[in-house]
Amino acid sequence: MQDHPHPELLVAATADFLKREILPLTEGARSFHLRVALKALELVTRQLKLANRSDAAEMQRLEMLLGRQGSLEDLNGVLCDLIACGDFTLATPGLKDHLWATTMAKLAVDQPNYASYRRTLEDEARR
Amino acid sequence: MIAHARTFDEALRNCACRIIPGTDRAIDIRLLTSGASLETWSFRAKGLDIDRPVIMRRQPENVAEPGRLGLDMEARLMRAAGAAGVPSPKVLYVLGPDDGLGSGFIMDRVAGETIPRKILREEGFAAVRPALARQAGEILARIHAIPHSALPVLPLSSARRDLGELQEIYRRDGRPRPVFELAFRWLRDRAPMDPVKPCLVHGDFRNGNLIIGPDGIRAVLDWELASLGDPMRDLGWICTPSWRFGELDKPVAGFGTREDLIAGYETAGGRHVTLEALAYWEVFGSLRWGVYCLKMLARSATSANPLERLMIARRASETEIDLLRFIAP
Repeated sequence: MQDHPHPELLVAATADFLKREILPLTEGARSFHLRVALKALELVTRQLKLANRSDAAEMQRLEMLLGRQGSLEDLNGVLCDLIACGDFTLATPGLKDHLWATTMAKLAVDQPNYASYRRTLEDEARR
Repeated sequence: MIAHARTFDEALRNCACRIIPGTDRAIDIRLLTSGASLETWSFRAKGLDIDRPVIMRRQPENVAEPGRLGLDMEARLMRAAGAAGVPSPKVLYVLGPDDGLGSGFIMDRVAGETIPRKILREEGFAAVRPALARQAGEILARIHAIPHSALPVLPLSSARRDLGELQEIYRRDGRPRPVFELAFRWLRDRAPMDPVKPCLVHGDFRNGNLIIGPDGIRAVLDWELASLGDPMRDLGWICTPSWRFGELDKPVAGFGTREDLIAGYETAGGRHVTLEALAYWEVFGSLRWGVYCLKMLARSATSANPLERLMIARRASETEIDLLRFIAP
């Protein structure tokens, strides 16, 4: 077991420092690349915060769907093969919900401001 | 002869003086964008009675990226498009080996904006925005009507052929993506017949590759993905959600409606467009951009500053949600 503080806190503090203290000193291409770097740090922070739980939920769904155990990568590989050969389709019970849940978990980390993601969240909240 | 130019700036000045009469220097030389193999430079050709803003696109090492046409081809396509009434920057000169600048070309700089978010948000474009979807349709009709005799030899494209290529890139990435698998199946099952009479397809006609001013679309850029193929592919690509930049309910690049795009296209002589065909190529567009995002990860290894490409690779998931919204709503 590693010591506190958790990487999530360290990365968030680093991003905060760069944004407040360094970004105002840059311009042009350097400013653009620093903004990209900040986005990367923010993504890492979200992944550290969210991925453990979403990975566990994805694993549970995959085990149910496929009736077997394995690593996330292996199970996703098996699922891909089943879809590619046509054994699994959108009519397969649980597949559509699984793909949606997995994709929403990815967007929450990768791009929580993406318009299609925001719209989907709004639609879900209304339901 | 200018083969002995000692520096890049000197080679550029020598070249500018030779091709633009009255020029005695090149000033305000700036690197606008640079990729692994492609650079875009802007400068002004200056002389006693002349001050002309120009752009140079070049490949310093003359190594074309796989799957992309070289810059000499882009110059030829831009000239052919300009001659056919497609708004295009005037190509002034194609670089030769004696110029000492690599391969590429020099063109007039067209004033205007290419940054999608500015075009979609800034007040200066508010009046013209509602006209842009229709204009895009009109321009695409002109591109698709350019006779083959006016074109260089181009690669062929079709839904089936391109799906094979995309699948290859996806396999090489190595990460399993069930949503992409579903999309590949969906697109294969519904793939249109290979076009009997393929036409010039721009291949990357979207918000970001268009120079836009307060009066509308002033220039079409970036012909490196051009091919002979199905014209519907260009229409679907500009409607792909990835190019809406937040304006989700304006399907044509965040500008406006599909109906306007189609009306512009058909009125300007383009063939009849069905919403069904358009939808196919929109889904195709999402998968295509998603796979290109993965390609950025592979290409980041050769980049001096890989961060931007690494972050683009993380945008593949944006296309997954767009694919699901269409295929599995």
